[in-house]
Amino acid sequence: MSRLLEALARLGRLMIGGVRHAGAMALFALDLAWVLIPTWSRPRDVAQQVYAAGVLSLVIILVAGGFVGLVLGLQGYNILSTFNASESLGVMVALSLVRELGPVVAALLFAGRAGSAITAEIALMKTTEQLAALEMMAVDPMRRVIGPRFWGALISVPLLAALFSLVGVLGGYLIGVVVLGVDAASYWGQIGEQMAAWEDVGGGALKSVAFGAVIALIAVYEGYTAEPTASGMARATTQTVVLSSLGVLGLDFVMTAFMFGA
Amino acid sequence: MNVQRGIEVVVGLFVLAGIAALMVMALQWSNFGASRVNGYEITARFDNIGGLTTQSPVKLAGLTIGRVESIELDPDTFQAEVHMIIDGKYDSLPTDSFANIYTAGLLGSQYVEISPGGALESLEDGDRITMTQSAIILENIVSKFLFDKAKE
Repeated sequence: MSRLLEALARLGRLMIGGVRHAGAMALFALDLAWVLIPTWSRPRDVAQQVYAAGVLSLVIILVAGGFVGLVLGLQGYNILSTFNASESLGVMVALSLVRELGPVVAALLFAGRAGSAITAEIALMKTTEQLAALEMMAVDPMRRVIGPRFWGALISVPLLAALFSLVGVLGGYLIGVVVLGVDAASYWGQIGEQMAAWEDVGGGALKSVAFGAVIALIAVYEGYTAEPTASGMARATTQTVVLSSLGVLGLDFVMTAFMFGA
Repeated sequence: MNVQRGIEVVVGLFVLAGIAALMVMALQWSNFGASRVNGYEITARFDNIGGLTTQSPVKLAGLTIGRVESIELDPDTFQAEVHMIIDGKYDSLPTDSFANIYTAGLLGSQYVEISPGGALESLEDGDRITMTQSAIILENIVSKFLFDKAKE
């Protein structure tokens, strides 16, 4: 009996902890919202963070995009050629990249490459009491440390997703047209014909902006509230990758259901 | 200060590249790799072109010999006038050739198939193919089949 109660209590504790976590993050997001505009009084700080989060992620994003495009080209050609419709390879590769794979895979890679780095950096600043020192000097760490990092991630993710999709389509072109001999004009022509600028490209861009906001918020929150110990930093970094990956995938389903469903 | 400047330049490039990628994807990249065929132009009128579009291939015996350049509606006959550019290599198409619109496979895109005739003169730049057959609309065939079946 007491064992059963204990199990029940553990479940309840888990639930309460989750809700508390979500609530704390929402309050943190409100605090952050107040400094989002004032952060731009130092645009150089933001540029520095776009460099750290975005430019330095370019290599992994572009290489991954190229390989995803190559694989899509191969698999798509295999399937489409059984229906004698390999001319549609271009539109298949382009639509799956622009609508889904570009925003999602770029966001997942970004969470692992840059989100974790943001969390670790802020958590180390907290552990070594640099954030407290800033406050002692009447410098708001929210505005000076957290804000630029949030903006840096938010700006970088959509740009990286766009480049990912573009490189992926070029990868599909390389396999489909150059190697497997699909007609080049059909490859591009069908893309131009069937891809809608607003629904497809705009929808994909909207998705990646939302993913950028999710990753950026989780990364700075986990860093800012990390336990100031070595193991606390480790846990915060792991949390960032896990939570933002799950957040991106969950949000993707919801946004896809709204944009392309029904 | 120099390092900061370098970072700013690289960030600027990064932002521009990302926006350029979005623009390329949004603004019709149909003419991206469109191959310009050097050759001569012939036209043909069809009652119904189905899903034929510009850049659709023009084939002879299954080989691509040209491209559809433009399609417009003839306001008098209400037919679609299809302008095709044929590769200059293939300059001996007989004047009484036949133009069909076919579909590649069941789900594929549509293309113009030229069936050569027997005349001795060849088609020249600006000539018209008079014998054409429209795109086969699957619904028409199915409804015709059902209609015939019902009569039996």
